[in-house]
Amino acid sequence: MIRSLPNSKAYTWSFHVFVILYFVFLFAPLLVTCVLAFNDSNFPSLPWNGGTLDWFFSPGPKRVGIFHDAQNLRSIMVSFETAVIVSILCVVVGTCTAFAFEQEKFPFKNVLYFLMLAPLVIPGVILGISQLLGATTAGMFAEKHLGVDVPFFRPSFWLVVLGQFSFITTFVALVVSARLRKFDRSLEEAALNLGATRFEVIRLITLRFLRPSIIGAGAVAFLMSFENFNTTLFLVGSQPTLPINLYLQVRDGSTPVINAISFLLIVGTSGLALVNLYLNRKES
Amino acid sequence: MKTSRLSLWIFLSPVLMWLFLLIVLPHLDLFIMSFRAKDEYGQMGFSLQNYANFFAEPIYWLTFVRTAIYSVITTVFTFLLAMPVAFYIVKVVRPKYKGFLMVLLLLPFWVSELVRVYGWMILLRESGVVNFFLLKLGIVDAPLHMLYTDATMIMGLVYTSMLFMVVPVISVLESLDDSLIEAASDLGGSKISIWREIILPHCKPGITSGAIVVFMLSLGNYLTPNLMGGKNSLWFTEQIYNQFIASFNWNQGAAFGFLLLLLSSLIIWAGLKISRQKLGEVAS
Repeated sequence: MIRSLPNSKAYTWSFHVFVILYFVFLFAPLLVTCVLAFNDSNFPSLPWNGGTLDWFFSPGPKRVGIFHDAQNLRSIMVSFETAVIVSILCVVVGTCTAFAFEQEKFPFKNVLYFLMLAPLVIPGVILGISQLLGATTAGMFAEKHLGVDVPFFRPSFWLVVLGQFSFITTFVALVVSARLRKFDRSLEEAALNLGATRFEVIRLITLRFLRPSIIGAGAVAFLMSFENFNTTLFLVGSQPTLPINLYLQVRDGSTPVINAISFLLIVGTSGLALVNLYLNRKES
Repeated sequence: MKTSRLSLWIFLSPVLMWLFLLIVLPHLDLFIMSFRAKDEYGQMGFSLQNYANFFAEPIYWLTFVRTAIYSVITTVFTFLLAMPVAFYIVKVVRPKYKGFLMVLLLLPFWVSELVRVYGWMILLRESGVVNFFLLKLGIVDAPLHMLYTDATMIMGLVYTSMLFMVVPVISVLESLDDSLIEAASDLGGSKISIWREIILPHCKPGITSGAIVVFMLSLGNYLTPNLMGGKNSLWFTEQIYNQFIASFNWNQGAAFGFLLLLLSSLIIWAGLKISRQKLGEVAS
């Protein structure tokens, strides 16, 4: 049953086999994607024709590697810019949210807390369409009553940023709140008694205490933004993000260049995941 | 206490802007838009037409019901797979391997859903890796048709949402005292009765929160059904997308979106009521 109880050999072994098969199930698609990024074939499939780095470095014209693929490179840049702006916004507002709900008293706090959690249970597609509708209504209002055309309210880079910001902030707020709850407020009182202002206390003591969780939440926000698909799908304008761009290519038939991009993504995000894990372990 | 009022407003104003401009207003707009349609003179006005269309056209409500049923099936399978894996990691494997297995368990979910689905497509296509080996080993004579079926789509949904079941189940299992199982075993309890009387009741909160999240993610998923389910596996999010992007009928799409939001909120509310949990507890 459990490790402290005697178990039959057959039971233990069948359990081992089950879990091994589960991990094969978990890693098979990632592994096969990575391996086929290096296959010397024009399709992402077997047989294995020997290794090649063409799908990364080939300048064309027959094979265009990812580092020479202008369209994909541009979408990576767009995703990168989006993710940087989104994670900065989310960290700032998310930390404010944590402070407001953990340390302040104000009317309708429970209602607002419930609203703050709402993005967790709203499907991404719904967030996308409501954001699109809201922005369009705002744009029509501006045109009708103020007589100005605001390109910002049409599907565009900034609408994607707003759409992603609207739900990623919740995750940041929850992570920072969890850490803030462990904070010993007598430290703040001591600093206030010694003559510090409220903002000096926050800057020098509370924020310093929160730093690991803020960095961790920022990393998660970056990644969530970088790979978001459902919400972005409805808000994207003429500058597709990487997931949208990849989706269009996968749907219309794939080439090993997608494997090469996937390989870079897998290596990059696993690296980020391990760093985040290491930071969490140090924190606890 | 003047500074304290100031600090309250500094924290609260970005939070209020976020919640009202990006959460409340867009969803109100979604709600209002869903009740607007052209009358017989071509004038926009209040109407229940969009909802009437939903019930009048079997393809719409059948897809809706189908999406809900398949999401339930996905949730059940995810649980059946997650439970033994979680049990193995917490209670069976030697403690020194536990940390390593946890990292292994979490790692794939850091990689974007698109890349993971793409991996499955390479594996399961008719010209894919699995068929390559099946043919090579002489197990089949002609490539099997595996991709673009309902079973594969459900497997894909289980795969993409696995994490959200495994993690809460692991955390509740960790609080289960081994001595309870040992005592039950000493008193002659069979494996089945130990599972039924001790383990499952103890895990109920974790299972419920996992089930809620998995159900919601499946219901709102667009990518996996779209890429793995093929033409016959209609998913309700695809209907929403079609109304918005293909038919440009935003009012109809808003009604669909609102129905999906209603369904997911109802299920989550019922899940929380049955398990007597609060949204905040499930979220963190």
